[in-house]
Amino acid sequence: MMLMKRRDFLKAGAAAGAMASLYGCAGGGQPRGHVVVVGGGYGGATTAKYLRMWSEGSVQVTLIERNPTFISCPISNLVIGGTQKMEDITISYDGLKNKWGVRVIQDDVVAVDPAKKAVSLKAGGSMAYDRLVLSPGIDFMWNEIPALASADAQAKILHAWKAGPQTVALRKQLEDMKDGGVYALSIPKAPYRCPPGPYERACLVANYFKQAKPKSKVVILDANEDVMSKKGLFTKAWTDLYKDIIEYRPNSEVKDVDVANKTAILEFDKFKADVLNVIPPHRAGDIAHKSGLKLINNRWVDINWLSMEVNGTPGVHVLGDAIFPAPTMPKSGHMANQHGKLAAAAILNMLSGQEPSPTPVVMNTCYSFVDAKQAIHVASVHQYDPATKVVQPVQGAGGVSAARNELEGKAAMGWAKNIWADMLA
Amino acid sequence: MKLPTLIAALGLVAATGAAQAADPNLARNLAATCANCHGTNGRAVPNSGMDALAGEDKAKTLKKLNDFKTGVKPASIMHQITKGYTEQQLDLIAGYFAGQK
Repeated sequence: MMLMKRRDFLKAGAAAGAMASLYGCAGGGQPRGHVVVVGGGYGGATTAKYLRMWSEGSVQVTLIERNPTFISCPISNLVIGGTQKMEDITISYDGLKNKWGVRVIQDDVVAVDPAKKAVSLKAGGSMAYDRLVLSPGIDFMWNEIPALASADAQAKILHAWKAGPQTVALRKQLEDMKDGGVYALSIPKAPYRCPPGPYERACLVANYFKQAKPKSKVVILDANEDVMSKKGLFTKAWTDLYKDIIEYRPNSEVKDVDVANKTAILEFDKFKADVLNVIPPHRAGDIAHKSGLKLINNRWVDINWLSMEVNGTPGVHVLGDAIFPAPTMPKSGHMANQHGKLAAAAILNMLSGQEPSPTPVVMNTCYSFVDAKQAIHVASVHQYDPATKVVQPVQGAGGVSAARNELEGKAAMGWAKNIWADMLA
Repeated sequence: MKLPTLIAALGLVAATGAAQAADPNLARNLAATCANCHGTNGRAVPNSGMDALAGEDKAKTLKKLNDFKTGVKPASIMHQITKGYTEQQLDLIAGYFAGQK
């Protein structure tokens, strides 16, 4: 931990002490050690907070995150649709630092050495850990869309599938588009991050066009054979609300693009747009993908569902969108938060010489807006099954909304406020 | 149900019960699955429209959860979520939130 300044160390120690007394300082059997968490999104931030909270400050936690603030992917489609602002989805890491005593370092991890139990930092130096949590989200397989290999091309044909500058840039492209223009959105083959997200984005861009540029169109080029999530609810919204605006094209995999002409190149066809938004296929985030961890389909990390520990790499836990998911489990922020709690509980048991809980449970709730106020949801609950060693969806539980409505829109914003507080405040 | 099957099934229930009883953090871990919407330890963000569960009477919360599960109490989403948890798990969750003063 050579990068830690001495006064930061002292501050973190004081915070830990204050918290231990706040919680009544349970004596004996407390987990001890240093956990390094890489990635401060829904998974990593939750893990960091819950490790500190549940250990009553006895476990030291360092969170390494490349961005200065958290920016939420959920709700970011509302920014693209123009009804929310970037500041509405941007949250500081101060709560984790000041309230929970997490040491937050703005940096990038460039290598993992599981044998030495250390990570290397981009700014230089290395940091030792007792247990490592990687929550790096996704990175794109640019080789699948060859013309998007360069940074210049990526700045023109946007994905906006990681919230941040790309979100702002896509909004700008839509604002600059003439009335009567065509916005095309390409969806990769599943599995991809946030299964209902692209369909929500189509709705919210169409909602913007309906009000500001009514002659414009939204064309969804879906590589999948059908709508991947909340199908009945989305198709009903498209018919009821955006009949002459949204056109859905299944089996339309984008193989490449002509950047200068904003043209998507499909297997037998081409499609020219005024704003072309291509979500390339993705895989586990770089640091999880290149560190020699066991992968499935060379894309997603193979983990143990009792602890989120990587199969074959003791001491390293991976969670969130980067993992090979359990059956019917979506890659969602809500699920990453649940993975984070599962991992935190398991890590604290392991750091005090105990086995992880044999009966973990995780659940998911995903809200999607179909216009500025109305939303729909999908929910599921997953219980650990010892026979398959996987968290399996509970049959008969979960489901989707009966119909879109404003009450669910309010619930969606309530969800956002609470989950952001659950991970960061 | 044939007798050996019944005995095996009872054995499984007993084993699961024992494993869950042996885990002192089970209620905490289960309740944490609710926190995404209902706040850390049931302390929902004020004015977020979500029910705060911290410090609520256990019997009251449990009745509400079971009414969602059986469909007695109408819901937009809670009837779907409660069906994913066992009676014992809902009992532990309600008890945990009751203890959060």
